[in-house]
Amino acid sequence: MIKVAVVGLGKMGMSHLAMLNAHPQVELAAVCDASGYVLGVLEKYTGVKTFTDYDTMLRDQPLDAVVIATPSRSHAPMVEAALDRGLHVFCEKPFTLNPADSQRLAELARERGLVTQVGYHNRFVGAFREVKRLLDAGAIGTVTHALGEAYGPVVLKPRGGTWRSRRSEGGGCLHDYAAHPIDLLAWYMGEPTGVGGTALNSIFSREIDDEVFSTLYFDGGKTAQISANWSDESQRKMTTRITLWGTTGRIYVDRQECQVYLRDTAVVPDRYDHGWNVRYTTDLTEPVWFYLRGEEYSAQLASFVERAGSGTTEGLNDFASATATDAVINLLITDAAKGASTSRTTPPTSPTSPAAISGAARRSGVVRAQQWRKLATRLAGRARVRGTRAIKTMRQRSS
Amino acid sequence: MDRLLFGDNQFFGVNHMSEEKARAQAMRFQDIGSVINVLDMAYDDGIRTFMCTTHERIALVCDHVRASPDRYTGFTFFPGMPYAHKYANAITEDGMLGAVRRFLPNEGLLDAAVRGTASVAKKDIEGLVTLLIDAEMKMFEGLSTPVIFLQNVVVDLLLGLGFKDAFAIFANHVEKRYGAEPGFMTMNLPALLPVLEAVGIDNPIVCCNINKIGFRMSGGFEAYQECLSERRFRAIAMSVLASGAIPAAEAIEWVCSQPNIEAIVFGASSRANIRNTRDLVARHWDLSRRA
Repeated sequence: MIKVAVVGLGKMGMSHLAMLNAHPQVELAAVCDASGYVLGVLEKYTGVKTFTDYDTMLRDQPLDAVVIATPSRSHAPMVEAALDRGLHVFCEKPFTLNPADSQRLAELARERGLVTQVGYHNRFVGAFREVKRLLDAGAIGTVTHALGEAYGPVVLKPRGGTWRSRRSEGGGCLHDYAAHPIDLLAWYMGEPTGVGGTALNSIFSREIDDEVFSTLYFDGGKTAQISANWSDESQRKMTTRITLWGTTGRIYVDRQECQVYLRDTAVVPDRYDHGWNVRYTTDLTEPVWFYLRGEEYSAQLASFVERAGSGTTEGLNDFASATATDAVINLLITDAAKGASTSRTTPPTSPTSPAAISGAARRSGVVRAQQWRKLATRLAGRARVRGTRAIKTMRQRSS
Repeated sequence: MDRLLFGDNQFFGVNHMSEEKARAQAMRFQDIGSVINVLDMAYDDGIRTFMCTTHERIALVCDHVRASPDRYTGFTFFPGMPYAHKYANAITEDGMLGAVRRFLPNEGLLDAAVRGTASVAKKDIEGLVTLLIDAEMKMFEGLSTPVIFLQNVVVDLLLGLGFKDAFAIFANHVEKRYGAEPGFMTMNLPALLPVLEAVGIDNPIVCCNINKIGFRMSGGFEAYQECLSERRFRAIAMSVLASGAIPAAEAIEWVCSQPNIEAIVFGASSRANIRNTRDLVARHWDLSRRA
């Protein structure tokens, strides 16, 4: 039995709480949240011991481990306080907002021999694990390029009053959504050596990014692209998918299925054939002790509980691996601030190519030269404003 | 209750096997007319109970059935609430309490205010829970809803948290206000049954995955079999084909031979599949007799 406290009762914290409470090896010792109301309801109906102050809980409550599911900005100080008290720590993703903090905390945990884990649950999804196994077996040869995508319906209009809409709290599509494919690609392809062409665009949010695009560069000339958008209403719920192209095959994977094409030149793993192979979640998923919202959520906690119980510091998604992912996230932020890496030397003369205009004009029959001139003037005006802004930013930076 | 129930996952882009298939289904059923068309096929083939979520588009199906009572004699809804994604997305956007506020009914404001405010102040969830149930049930007004389900995401969350009283609150409200039997969906049957018994819900209707390969039967295949043969409850089997992982004939032969299963819920998008499933079940069960 290990004594665990859950900190932060948002969507993730609440579901961690339910799964841990049902785990046969866990004694749920306490919960901690800033909202007295949610705590009060929980205490009244479930009898769990509650705290509104984290430090008081750490001081007064005997614990073996904490599960931290608070807004991202608070991760670093909370993790540090727990490690200082010799507790094993499971922390929600992203690990911290500052790679230097991540590095320091990973080092601290290592020195103290404590068990750590970060909630990149996709590494516990059967289909994503299968891909790791296939890549390690060299099934598609040398991977040359990959595409990591994450789409879902989170911010669909200009509003939202939670911490997720605030830059300072670690909100945004980059930390919330893009972090998942970035983490999977780091697992599959190793740590990128650099990034380029990053765009962090707002669609509806005032402060933060709603879509993320970037190119990751790896050793040996390999590349990957990230495409994430949390303002995509066409998705019923979040979807994370990876496509990998290798010298002897191609893999497409999401949490439900794994589609693998193996060329004649491929070394074919057991239960696979040349040509197309499809493996479904029904085939790839191990049963769990308690199911709430996907086996992977239960499986990642089971792994943490097992490791904390036995003091096994080695394991999937430890602080060191999440630190690598945090570092990539930070590279994307730095890169996005630079804007285009290669700019044209002359200003655009028209909003779109003459061929496209005449094509469009022919098709629609309503586009008149006058309208295009107006549009061109407007766009050129916008470009001038942007250009002036960019020069100003560059000057500020160089000073 | 009927022994063969028609489910609605296929109408809302839910497919546990493939995101591609799910999207294709979402496209096909974008028009509510296509949904109603398939429901008509099922109805005409003798499958008259529609077990559905409280997805907002179900309201259109309800309107349609309400408008043609003669066409739909004996048509029965088994609503399962809530449609969880709308709450999950709302929590991400508005936080826990913000989400609750967003879904409180607009009408009957005074009643809502009294039940809601009093219960917030006393940290008493009964008022809030009953308000949310009433909000979800509004679309079924005037229709037959003899069994009302709590969806598995909520059942299993409450079960995990140890929030046992919520089950009794749900059961009482559904019985008193709607004259319906409470039903519970779960992915954790062996863990749920003793809890329902402990809060005094006798012989509960429970809908859970029951399939030959043990897919999403948390607690283990043997524990499920033990529940079926030894515990007092009314089982409805879902995910019988394990999202298509088991051939239909084999899956149905197996599930029909398990003890004490009262009904099977299945989804299909074509007349051929509806008939095929009905005929396969009819080989093993007498579908003219109700459970």
